[in-house]
Amino acid sequence: MQASSPSLIADNLACRRGERLLFRRLSFKLVPGAACHVTGANGAGKTTLIRAVAGLMTPYAGAVRRQGALALLGEHTGLDPDLPLGRALAFWAQIDRVGFLALASCCDRLGLGNLLEVPVRYLSTGQKKRAALARVLGQAAPIWLLDEPLSGLDTASQGLVSQLVREHCTGGGIALIASHQPLDVPGMTSFAIEDFAPAAGDQRQEHEA
Amino acid sequence: MILALLRRDLARFFPFTGSNASGGAALPVVFFVAVAMLFPFAVGPDANLMLKTGGGVVWIAALLAAILPLEKLVARDIELGFFEQLRLRGMAEEAMMAVRLIAHWLSFGPPLLLATFPAAALLKIEGETFRLLLLGLLAGTPGLAAIGLIIAALTASLRAGAALSGLLLIPLALPILIFGAGALARQDQVSLVFVAAISLALVAIAPFAAGAAIRAPREN
Repeated sequence: MQASSPSLIADNLACRRGERLLFRRLSFKLVPGAACHVTGANGAGKTTLIRAVAGLMTPYAGAVRRQGALALLGEHTGLDPDLPLGRALAFWAQIDRVGFLALASCCDRLGLGNLLEVPVRYLSTGQKKRAALARVLGQAAPIWLLDEPLSGLDTASQGLVSQLVREHCTGGGIALIASHQPLDVPGMTSFAIEDFAPAAGDQRQEHEA
Repeated sequence: MILALLRRDLARFFPFTGSNASGGAALPVVFFVAVAMLFPFAVGPDANLMLKTGGGVVWIAALLAAILPLEKLVARDIELGFFEQLRLRGMAEEAMMAVRLIAHWLSFGPPLLLATFPAAALLKIEGETFRLLLLGLLAGTPGLAAIGLIIAALTASLRAGAALSGLLLIPLALPILIFGAGALARQDQVSLVFVAAISLALVAIAPFAAGAAIRAPREN
């Protein structure tokens, strides 16, 4: 879609939820082929970081610059619960201009082949997660933002997620993954979001700054 | 992209189709006819009284029917992360809401107009009054749909949203009701021009107001 190669840059990012500052002075630069793992306890701000990077939230300070389209795997699937899985995925395939065969191969990849007739609301947590991953995979966007991609998945599927991320990055893609579970991706950088949490007593200063 | 979204929204909201055969999308229309049916039972079959008040009853029934679909109109797609995914693909919230407004009116306006025929028969509304009633509803329902969309978007993130939306719609719909039902009492078409004007203004505002309303809560 774009001539230049994809990149994702966070510059001095600070975000807050409500009145509480979650992290500040967070900077990173991801170039083609880079995967980055964000770790942190529940509520530390991983999801907030992903949403700020996705542009769904305005950061309190700093900026995000990116080249290339985004695919987001969030806590919600974006799939119509009343529709059979096949048709729910077909809607996004149509929006993303993904062909029927490409979509079918994504579904096979994630082991959804025999679930396509099942309404989305009857799927288990892990199956829903895999369905959302199929949507991300089909989107063929150079930048992946994955928020807790491993939660709810069995061991085999967790291995599959690592493999998909490896393939995505080998193909020149970028992946930013927020998860408290480990992923098996060689060359993946990693940082803990707590390292950027404001120190006690720092909150006030940040507000004044 | 817009067309694909419109097709999906219509499939979700239009009564008697696909995924919604049991989803209750036909409920507003059934409710509308039911109110029209109840009225003669309540006040007695006096033809004269019916002729005077029947049109107003149809208008009130239409207004109440407009409240029913609001609960599912926007809130569910926010919970699904549906609008977020569209946003990531570069679509503006205003465009999403404009599509939603068209789908909402198409699945609520025309069925209601069709249901006006049996409702008018039940209330013995005929001739010029019936014509004015039908024209008035044609002019007024887009406005009701626009108010409904704004309210649904505003209350989507509130826990008591569904109950509140009914309460909010009634005062906002008053101008449409006054001019629409007023046309029947005076038998003049000028009031209907006012109804159409109010509807037009509301339809023009709705995508922007609703778009801003679904964007705002994301920031927290």
